[in-house]
Amino acid sequence: MSNKIAIRVCMGPAGIAAGGKAVLDEFQRILSDKNIPADVRNRCSHGQVGCMGLCSKDVLVDIEINGKKTTYSLVKPQMVKQIVDEHIVAGSPVKQWLADDHMDKFLEKQEKIVLSDCGVIDPEDIEAYISRDGYSSCKKILASMKPEQLVHEIKLSGLRGRGGAGFPTGLKWEIAAKSEGSIKYIICNADEGDPGAFMDRAIIEGNPHAIIEGMIIGAYAIGAQKGYVYIRAEYPLAVQRLENAIKQSREIGFLGSGIFDTNMDFDIEIKLGAGAFVCGEETALIASIEGQRGMPRAKPPFPVHKGLWGRPTVINNAETLANIPYIMRKGSGWFSGLGTEDSKGTKVFALTGKIKNSGLIEVPMGITLREIIYDIGGGIEKGKHLKAVQTGGPSGGCIPADMLDISVDYESLAKAGCIVGSGGMIVLANDDCMVNIARYFLNFTQSESCGKCVPCRIGTKRMLEILDKITNGLGEPEDIEKLEQLSNDIKLGSLCGLGQTAPNPVLSTLKYFRDEYEAHIYDKKCPAGVCNALLTFTIIEDSCKGCQACAKACPAGAITGDKKKLHIINQTLCIKCGACFEACRFKAVHKA
Amino acid sequence: MENTLKEIIDRYKTGSGSIVSILQDTQSQFGYIPEEAISHFASELNIPESRFYGVATFYSQFCLKPRGRNIVTACCGTACHVKGVDSIINAVNRRLGLSENNETTNDGEFTLEKVACLGFCSIAPVLLVNGEVFGKAEPQKIIKKIDLIAGRDNEQ
Repeated sequence: MSNKIAIRVCMGPAGIAAGGKAVLDEFQRILSDKNIPADVRNRCSHGQVGCMGLCSKDVLVDIEINGKKTTYSLVKPQMVKQIVDEHIVAGSPVKQWLADDHMDKFLEKQEKIVLSDCGVIDPEDIEAYISRDGYSSCKKILASMKPEQLVHEIKLSGLRGRGGAGFPTGLKWEIAAKSEGSIKYIICNADEGDPGAFMDRAIIEGNPHAIIEGMIIGAYAIGAQKGYVYIRAEYPLAVQRLENAIKQSREIGFLGSGIFDTNMDFDIEIKLGAGAFVCGEETALIASIEGQRGMPRAKPPFPVHKGLWGRPTVINNAETLANIPYIMRKGSGWFSGLGTEDSKGTKVFALTGKIKNSGLIEVPMGITLREIIYDIGGGIEKGKHLKAVQTGGPSGGCIPADMLDISVDYESLAKAGCIVGSGGMIVLANDDCMVNIARYFLNFTQSESCGKCVPCRIGTKRMLEILDKITNGLGEPEDIEKLEQLSNDIKLGSLCGLGQTAPNPVLSTLKYFRDEYEAHIYDKKCPAGVCNALLTFTIIEDSCKGCQACAKACPAGAITGDKKKLHIINQTLCIKCGACFEACRFKAVHKA
Repeated sequence: MENTLKEIIDRYKTGSGSIVSILQDTQSQFGYIPEEAISHFASELNIPESRFYGVATFYSQFCLKPRGRNIVTACCGTACHVKGVDSIINAVNRRLGLSENNETTNDGEFTLEKVACLGFCSIAPVLLVNGEVFGKAEPQKIIKKIDLIAGRDNEQ
C-alpha cells in the first residue's frame, strides 16, 4: 500500500480547456511503454480528478509517491515524458515545473470541506468516493437516526443556504418535515445562473456523489420519495458526471426502492434548465420543472408547504447539499466551530477577474477580504491596482479597495451593501469602469426579468436607458437622482428576489464610486478608459508601421494613410467603435 | 420529421409538465425548433400552441430560427466582460458581417451566440467554436479558427 504511485490530472473546467485530456492520454501512453520498469508500472495508477482550485495554473498534475504529494503546474503533453523519467522512475522531481510552494501559499488560508474530495478523487468512480468514507453518513443515519434527530443536528450545525439568501437549512427541513402530506420532494438547485460563478459546476463535476448523498439525507429528514436536480444545460460535463453518478448509486442500491437495505424509497431525476436566470428563484424553478415559463409567484405559500405539483418541497442549493455529508460525518459541533457567530462553516468562492491566482477557493466564514485577495489570490495581475471586489453578481454589490479588512460573512457584507451571494467574487482593477460594471449588471437583469411585475420589467429598462446615456456621454445632472429614485421603487415594488435586488449594483457603485458617475456626466470623461464614446482615438506616430490594418477595420472610413506611412484618424468621422484599437498589432492606437 | 417528433412525444407521455423537455429534445434533434414541430405537438398533446411558444420564447436556450452550421459561442459572464470579451465579439461580428440583431450569416455557415455564463470564469474570456473551448481568448486566435473553418487563408 505504502509504495503506491498515484498520478492525478486536473480535469475541472479549466483543466479540460487547458488540455487535461491530452496530458492524461500522454501519461497513459508513456506509462504503458515497455521501457518503463515493470515494478514502477505496476505500482502506478493514473486518473482524472475534478477541479484542484488553482485554475490559472492548469493543467495541474499531482504525483503522490509513498504518501508524499508533489504538484506540477502548466503541464503540457510534451512535458510528461520527462516527469515520468526523472520523477516517477528515477525518483527526483523536475524542479523547474513544480508548483508546490505556490500551491501551499494558495491553500494555506483555505479550509476545505465541500471541496475536500474535489481534485482528489475520480468523479466518475463511486468507489473512489466510498473509499473516502462517502455514503457512510447516509448509511448510519438511515440505520440508526430518527428524522427529527437529524434535523436537530443540522440546526445545531448552523448551516445556512449557500445559494445567496442564507436561510437556515435545518429550519427549512424542519418546516418541510412537519408539513402535511405523504408525497414530498427535495430539489437540488444547480441552476447557477449568476454570471461569474462556477462553484456548483465545479462541485458537481468534481464530486457528484456528495450532492447525491446530501439529497438522500435531506430526503430522509423531510420524508421525500423523489428528488430533482435542476441543472443548467450550459454545463454538459456536470450533467454527464451527475447522470453517471446517479446510475452508479442506483446499481449499488443507494437510490431506488429499499435503499441501504431499509424500507426507504428514494430516486433522483435530472431536469435541465433552459437558460433563465430567474429560475434560480424557488417558485420560478418549480414552475420550470412543471414545464411552464419560469415565472415566480407571490409567497406565501412557501414551497415547504406548497411546492412542486402543490406538494411540500425543499429546495437547497448544490453547495448546501454538498456540505451535509461532511457535517454528519464530523458532527455539528465541528462545523459550528468554524466561521463566525452567525455564519458557520466555510464558503466556496469563484475568485476571478484581475487577480493572479484565479480559481476556486473555499474559506472559513469570517476571513478578511484582504486575506482572500492577497494571501490566497496572490494580488492583482500585471502591475494593476485593486479598485473593488464585486460579490453576489447581479444581486450584489462592490466593496471598494479601502474596505479590504471587512470580514466575509453574511452580516458584514450585507452591512456594506453587498451580499455573500452564491459565491462569485470578481476582482476589479484601475482599468475597470464602475459605471460600465453597473450597466453590465442592469443589462443582465433587464434581459432576465421575467416580465411579470411592472417595477422590475419597466423599472430596470428605464435604469438601463439612463446608464446607457451616461456611458455614451449623454448623461445629465439629474440622472443620478433618477437612478436612486428608481432603485428604491424597484426594490420596494418587485415581486421576487430578482427585482428586489436588481438595483444593488447601481446603488453600491453610487455609494462608493459616485465620483466616476460624476466624471461621466459633468466632465464627459471615463476615468478608467473603458467607455469608448468618451474617449478620443489617436495614432501614435512612432509606433505606426503603416500596415493599414486599422484603416481596413474602420467601418466609418475615418482612417487614411498610405502603405508604410503614418495613418491618421479623422476625428469628425470617427464613430468611436474601437475597431482600430483592436485591429492594431503594434499598440499604435491610443485611447484616452 | 414526423417520426422523430413522435419519438420525442413518446418519451414524455406525462403531459404538460414536459413542455420544456420536449422542446429541448426537439432543439437537440433539429438544431432549432421548427414551426411544424410545435403545431404537431400541440395537436397531438391537445395543448394550445401558445403554451409552447410561451415556453420557447421565455428561455434563452430555445431558438425558433435555423442556426448556422458552425456555432461560435461567446460567454458574456462577468469575468469575461471585465476581461474584454466585447472586443472579441466585435471582431467576430466584423469578420462574419454580423450585427446585434443578425446573428447568423446569410449563407448559413456561422452563428455567433452570446450566452450568460459558461462557468469557465477562471480562464476568461472564453469562447466556444463548435464546442471547442478557447480560454484566455484573443481576437486573432478566434478569427484564425473561423478562417480555418471557412477554408480561407487568413488575410494579413
